Amino acid sequence: MSRNALGRELPGQVNGFGTLVPFAGAWENTPLVRREKGSRTLPRLTKVVGSIEEAVRKVGLENGMTISFHHHLREGDFVVNMVLDVLARMGFRDLVLAPSSLTTCHAPMIGHIRNGLIRRISTSGIRGALADAISGGLMDIPVLIHSHGGRARAVETGEISIDVAFLGVPSSDVYGNANGFSGPSACGSMGYAVVDARHSKKTILLTDFLGEYPNTPVSIHQDWVDHVVVVDKIGDPAGIAKGATRMTRDPRELLIARTAADVIGASGYMEQGFSLQTGSGGASVAVTRFLRDMMLERGITASFALGGITSQIVKMHEEGLIKRLLDVQSFDLEAVRSLGTNRYHTEIDASLYANPLNKGCVVNKLNVVILSAMEIDTDFNVNVITGSDGVIRGASGGHSDTAIGSGLSIIVAPLIRGRTPTVIDKVTTVITPGETVDVLVTDQGIAVNPRRPEVRDRLKAARLPVYDINELRERAEQATGKPAPVRFGDKIVGIVEYRDGTILDVIRQATAMGGEEE
Amino acid sequence: MKLRRTMLYVPGNNSGMVKDAHIYRSDSIMFDLEDSVSLREKDSARLLVFNALKTLYYGEIEKVVRVNTLDGPFGREDVLAMVAAGVDAIRLPKTETVDDIVQVEKVVVEAEKRFGRVPGSTKLMAAIESAKGILNAREIALASPRLVAIAIGAEDYVTDLHTTRSPEGTEIFVARSLLVMAARAAGIMAIDTVYADVNNEDGFSREVRLAKQLGFDGKSVIHPLQIPIVNAIYTPTKTEVEKSLRIIAAIREAEERGSGVISVDGRMVDKPIVERALRNLELARASGIEINEEVRS
Amino acid sequence: MRITQTAAAGTLESSDVLITVEPEADASVHIDIEGASAARFGEQIRAVVAETLAGFGVVACRVRLQDKGALDCTIRARLSAALLRATDEAGPISWETLK
Repeated sequence: MSRNALGRELPGQVNGFGTLVPFAGAWENTPLVRREKGSRTLPRLTKVVGSIEEAVRKVGLENGMTISFHHHLREGDFVVNMVLDVLARMGFRDLVLAPSSLTTCHAPMIGHIRNGLIRRISTSGIRGALADAISGGLMDIPVLIHSHGGRARAVETGEISIDVAFLGVPSSDVYGNANGFSGPSACGSMGYAVVDARHSKKTILLTDFLGEYPNTPVSIHQDWVDHVVVVDKIGDPAGIAKGATRMTRDPRELLIARTAADVIGASGYMEQGFSLQTGSGGASVAVTRFLRDMMLERGITASFALGGITSQIVKMHEEGLIKRLLDVQSFDLEAVRSLGTNRYHTEIDASLYANPLNKGCVVNKLNVVILSAMEIDTDFNVNVITGSDGVIRGASGGHSDTAIGSGLSIIVAPLIRGRTPTVIDKVTTVITPGETVDVLVTDQGIAVNPRRPEVRDRLKAARLPVYDINELRERAEQATGKPAPVRFGDKIVGIVEYRDGTILDVIRQATAMGGEEE
Repeated sequence: MKLRRTMLYVPGNNSGMVKDAHIYRSDSIMFDLEDSVSLREKDSARLLVFNALKTLYYGEIEKVVRVNTLDGPFGREDVLAMVAAGVDAIRLPKTETVDDIVQVEKVVVEAEKRFGRVPGSTKLMAAIESAKGILNAREIALASPRLVAIAIGAEDYVTDLHTTRSPEGTEIFVARSLLVMAARAAGIMAIDTVYADVNNEDGFSREVRLAKQLGFDGKSVIHPLQIPIVNAIYTPTKTEVEKSLRIIAAIREAEERGSGVISVDGRMVDKPIVERALRNLELARASGIEINEEVRS
Repeated sequence: MRITQTAAAGTLESSDVLITVEPEADASVHIDIEGASAARFGEQIRAVVAETLAGFGVVACRVRLQDKGALDCTIRARLSAALLRATDEAGPISWETLK
């Protein structure tokens, strides 16, 4: 028998419980609870620390660890560069970076890579000068390219084990409740950030807008957060989100969009309660304009739109044409406004969106998706990441996730861009395997994957201009001439992972970026 | 039946537009060497359109080139180059007299011989853009067996009249009607003028309906977005097609029975109505509508 | 045909090419290609340029192409125009022999 801190007598052992650990005092074993209850003058409980540096020290970051960022601030992001500058100053080395995607504003990372701060990177996409440099062979270890769903899978299974997540949030309270729709740097959904916050060992929030506690409704809740740092600006609003997504006026994009809408209308997939996702490219967004007319004419409403939510989609929802919105990334301020005020416009995280290994992600329930392509080959494999010169300049994103999940995946692209054919023999890099791609819509005709004969029949019955994909490839080649093959060096600069973790393709050093020809 | 519902206007010095014009599937494409090309670029535009016509694929679309007038330094060379390139039709702007047609035809004949084209294979179109031209429309329309269409250029015409264009088109009403009459009397087509306000879809629709009602066979369009609008208005609806089929069926039946006057849907059907019905069906077929001949009332 | 002055034709708009032709002292042809298509269509473009020059009987000149994704027919057209602008000797064009 012994006595606990309250003087209660406890037996040492009890049948079924083993040894009992006696109560040692209310505060002994729960360090985060405030220790002084009575005083009214002590500072309130807070996770706010004075600087990024302080937060980094507190979480115990060490060389070689994995850090992560999200890309909801798009081209207006300041967070990645800000944090990397601090880490460089503090003398860190050999860090593994796992940002959900990288844009042109992350060019300063080149210096950090050269100086040894960053040893390896896994991400969905890279653009601009950083992409040029990596394509040119800047890194010793190849970059890992994954889809959004694939990243969520890797984070949840621990293949990507995040030690510290640095998450820029448009607003947070002192205890780490954060959302994306309030504050001067509002970005809308925080779907990619949520996965990191949930699974990382430590989470540091950076914000430029402290809201009152509790800062509800929340995307990231306090029980995932270790520290909060208040900075001047987490990003540039102009680069984060435009006011609204303008409908393109380019006649070619409108032609492709109209044709894609006709394809959906004739495919049998436009039925009451169907669901859709559109990309953010000019032709993709424009499809909504023609779909809307068709839906009004036929008296059809959609059950939900997934994405990638733009003002055009929000408009259709507010008109009653789309019942619910599931949002993993808000593309403009209209979408942000809607997310913040409408309970039927719901934020979803990247795992719920597209992780192939959870109990069922949303892309599984998607009917129609409209995607873009830089290249597509005669097997319908799609490349959205490397240009015709072999240089990385895009992202895997949700392309392969939505292509397979949807009942009808449609690629929209001009047959030729300038002198570069879109439809070719073999794509430079495979991001989405052709067996998951159903229809190609170009400005000079439509091609249907031979795996979907019933769709092809329906489109032909509707007198749409359907051709064999080889015919389209030939037509492109006749106009442009046959391009000389892209020249690559030996060195591998990128590994492309499919959403299930297996490897789709490798990206080699582009001679266009100074690599040497093998 | 040759359809000329839409004639897409393409500035001849714009490489991107010239090479892509076919994707919009208009009935005709009019490559312009005249007003949309600056004086300094006339030579370059001519070569661009020449090379495009020789090399690029335009499918079934009729290839028309608007040349410069023959009284200037560019027109003759334009005609030679375009005939050499295999153009389907030469469109002459600012046509005022029969002689304008005669002069251009001379150059075409010479060019066809020189460049080995089938004699007569190059057609002519005439744009009439002045009061004098409209008053001569009847004779112009008869001036050549190669002439397949006449068109009205309203901007120049109203300037000639010392007025401006109005949405209702009152000031060009007589010109339009005279043009259609001249075309029909000669058995050729009449094409209406361009509508410049690309953003005003409703206004454009109204004008196309007016043109159709006046008897025009089609319209010049300056933006691809205008094409589906014109096609929708010029394509017979399902109801119209069915009605036309009923009329034809009723006439056939009446002929078999040997009876004279017949009525369909409570209206007497005589020769003009039958002719319109036949024309409607031809237009529908040419527009790609499948006619199920078995439909009966 | 001799190139006697510098001349240009074409534009820098998408799908076009700006071609500048200059006289060249020695009897040789120099071709410079800049632009997106150079890497993958460079050889083909050179062939089109060479063929066009031969068609005009030009054996000495410097040709500079600033390409914005022009197809062969556009390159031929713009080069032909530049050549004709760059010479004093141009007679009437024989359209039947022009490629």
